[in-house]
Amino acid sequence: MTAEPTTPVPKPARRFALLSNRAGAVFLTPAGLLVALFVIIPFFWVIFVSFTNRTLLGRTALNPEFVGLANYFALFDPSNFFQRGQFGFSLILTTQFVLASALIGQALLGLLLAWLIQTVPPWIKRLTETFVIAAWILPEVVIGFAWFAFLDRDQGTLNAMLTSVGLPRGDFLLQQPFWVIVVFNTWRGAAFSMMLFNSAFSSIPPSYFQAADVAGASSWQKFKDIALPLIRGHVVTDLILITMWTFNTFTPFLLTNGGPSYRTELLSIYNYRVAFRDFEFGKGAAVGVIIMLVNLAFALIYLTIGRKKRV
Amino acid sequence: MASVEFRHVTKTFGSFNAVSDVSFAIGDGEFVCLLGPSGCGKTTSLRMIAGLETPSHGQVLIGGDDVTNLHPKDRQISMVFQDYALYPHMNLADNIAYPLKVRGEPVQKRHGRAREVADVLKIGHLMDRLPSQISGGQQQRTSLARALVYPSRVYLFDEPLSNLDAKLRLEARGFLNHLQRDMGMTAVYVTHDQAEAMALATRIAVMDQGRIVQYAPPIEIYRRPATTFVANFVGNPPMNLVPVEATHGDGQLQLKADGLTLSPLPMSSGIAAALANSKSLTLGIRPEHLAIAEPGTGNAISGTLFANENMGPESLVTIERPDASRLTARIFTDDHIALTDAVTLGFSPEHIHLFDSTGARIPADREQPL
Amino acid sequence: MKLTFPAFAGRIAFSALAALLGAIFALPLIWFIFAPFNARAELGITVPDPWTLSNFMTVFQNNFAMQALWNSLIQSIGGVILVGAAATLAAYALSRSSIPGKGAVTYILLLFSSVVSGSAAMVPIFLIVSAMGLIDSHLAVILTFAGGLLPTAMFILRDFIDSIPKSYEESAMVAGASPVQAFFDVALPVIRPGIVVVVVWAFVNIWGSFLIPFILLRSDKLMPASVAIYSFYSEAGTPTVTLLAAYSLIYSLPVIILYLFVSWKFGFRFFGGIKA
Repeated sequence: MTAEPTTPVPKPARRFALLSNRAGAVFLTPAGLLVALFVIIPFFWVIFVSFTNRTLLGRTALNPEFVGLANYFALFDPSNFFQRGQFGFSLILTTQFVLASALIGQALLGLLLAWLIQTVPPWIKRLTETFVIAAWILPEVVIGFAWFAFLDRDQGTLNAMLTSVGLPRGDFLLQQPFWVIVVFNTWRGAAFSMMLFNSAFSSIPPSYFQAADVAGASSWQKFKDIALPLIRGHVVTDLILITMWTFNTFTPFLLTNGGPSYRTELLSIYNYRVAFRDFEFGKGAAVGVIIMLVNLAFALIYLTIGRKKRV
Repeated sequence: MASVEFRHVTKTFGSFNAVSDVSFAIGDGEFVCLLGPSGCGKTTSLRMIAGLETPSHGQVLIGGDDVTNLHPKDRQISMVFQDYALYPHMNLADNIAYPLKVRGEPVQKRHGRAREVADVLKIGHLMDRLPSQISGGQQQRTSLARALVYPSRVYLFDEPLSNLDAKLRLEARGFLNHLQRDMGMTAVYVTHDQAEAMALATRIAVMDQGRIVQYAPPIEIYRRPATTFVANFVGNPPMNLVPVEATHGDGQLQLKADGLTLSPLPMSSGIAAALANSKSLTLGIRPEHLAIAEPGTGNAISGTLFANENMGPESLVTIERPDASRLTARIFTDDHIALTDAVTLGFSPEHIHLFDSTGARIPADREQPL
Repeated sequence: MKLTFPAFAGRIAFSALAALLGAIFALPLIWFIFAPFNARAELGITVPDPWTLSNFMTVFQNNFAMQALWNSLIQSIGGVILVGAAATLAAYALSRSSIPGKGAVTYILLLFSSVVSGSAAMVPIFLIVSAMGLIDSHLAVILTFAGGLLPTAMFILRDFIDSIPKSYEESAMVAGASPVQAFFDVALPVIRPGIVVVVVWAFVNIWGSFLIPFILLRSDKLMPASVAIYSFYSEAGTPTVTLLAAYSLIYSLPVIILYLFVSWKFGFRFFGGIKA
């Protein structure tokens, strides 16, 4: 080893990387522009618009005035907060919808399906999976129309089945619109939870279950004592994701148009009506801000958990 | 072919010092192995020669030129990667010929040259296959062919045999040795397998925690390990190390440990210097220098039998001492050795190594020839 | 292994339950198996007698319906090209360059993309598109989707590229390739499966979407098939059921084919994880 004096060489200006910083910046530019324009600017613009009385047409379309928190006061006006067609009603409806169709419906049904298809013969597994996934991947307007036909009072498949077992017909879209969209959304989205849980279950080494079989555990015990604790992380991921998606979904609009008389007007549909039917952009923006705040809360929880897992 | 030199090279990742102030030189035509445990900085050093990492401080020279900030493509080097890095979408011919393609060679010429190299490596008949359609050994040879297909100043190997099974690894090792004899290439070869380093290298650089602990020909590494770390890392089974307490007087050194019988050794200047620091030394004996001995005869160390493994041409006899440390003897006999519970292992004093309390080898006043 | 009786009964019960659930999921869709091939189709399920393709002929002769399919194709392909190209470049930069703050960029992108949903941002998206003078144009839909889908597409692709050993490009560069050569000769072909998945995912998303074209487009000649189907069954007093049945099937076909393609090529779990 040479005995030269240790003269520290100045740090090199350019550190080797597979892609230089300059090339990296060029590579990021197209995506950066598109995302900035259609994701990041809308985020701030919606906040700005929510403090104005901007409308689609008329004087305030071009020269909106700053109205402070007036739009928010209008949304949270206690005198009509809970009335149908008002913000409060829609908010509560959406909460119930998320609870019933996502957290209870999709998650439990998905879990049940994922567990069932682990053990059944392959052809039943394939068939069941095919239909559950079809409900999920087909375009939303097709699904909307399919349910429209399925629930039709006079000829729909559901009523035909009810009649054949001697039960009375019903016009469900008029009589039970809320439960229709709950069942509809459960049916539409169960596939995601099923697939997530299915891949979670299959990531558990089979030897764990074989050891339990040897020890004489029942199927329920295996599920409760082995599978469930091991997939807890997946359950949390699933619950957060399907909550966010269900909270933002617009698909029920294709089945009910938000009606009858606002009974299925979820926040997304309410937002659409206020902004694009009543043309009150300022108020619609305020609804958008509130939806984004809720999304932000869930996204932060999700990313925090995701980061912890990654480390 | 060209020489390679590191001048005070340091590489830090965040606050972690992967390589700390390393200087060494590799002569033209030398085959140097960087040997050490994972995380010792050997791969980082290799990647700095390749230009795939930039040193935080210091200079890297190839053929006397400072290449510290030169892009890998401009270094005229070849490298064989641990995972082979064969392009899955190209057949073997295109994989091997790729370096010639980027050099602008016409397709006929580069496929011809690729075929020549492939024939030498006995993969010439596979040129139309994709990397996924050939065996691990063939993949390894393909990556070697890609490194050999164009003229290079230095050949770099990053654990190229670690993904092969034991039998193929021996075969490939022999081939690399043959290649080195044939071409006289300058090569830097990273490995954590001491047998590979011993078999291939003209010099071995043993690395630990970002520093070079010893840089010497294999035989010297083996016979005169510079530290207990080297002694423990090179050799299979590794050197037996026994902590001993030293006393001295009348130009004689007395070493004491449980179960150890050792006649006084002559003092040397090195020992005197070591004892000035601490009376605790480490005694080292290679397993092949231990033999079964009668209790109470000569220089020996005793303990209770722990294991007796017959390996065919040799037996590994392991004894356990009162402090639960173990010593292994490698005894060359194809007979089964019958042993009772108490075992005494004898040795001769010229085979012992002494290390001071910091683990550094205490040199003899007059070293025996290697 | 011989099954004990309770275990055997349990297995039968499981199978029956799974089959029953499968049937429930199938019920609302069965109509689509029969109605497109029934010249007298109504909203009830009737087995066609005879089976016929006349409904499809009606679709092919309906200019509005065919134009809408064409529009869907323009918007989807336009969006997919933008998403595919921009996401590949950006994801490669996020994975392979050492640009400072790229971790933060990824985090912020993910956060924004999940916060700014179509439902929340319909007002500002409409305002931006009007400000750019693009309302009622294909480009409006294409750009909006490109921006909206890019963060997720970049994230999926970045993970994919991260999982590819850097030694591919490193070996190319050591062998003498420039960064540009290494990208096009080695990196791009190796990343291709990831790009295919992202492109398919983006196509299915744009093709099936309703809300964005619904608010950004006004004229009939630009409407994609999703909006066309909605107007067929919501606006007309009694929907033209025969036309709708065949049309919906044609409209669903690309999605079904792409789904089958991806599950055949990559296994459907991969696809399942990324539909967002």
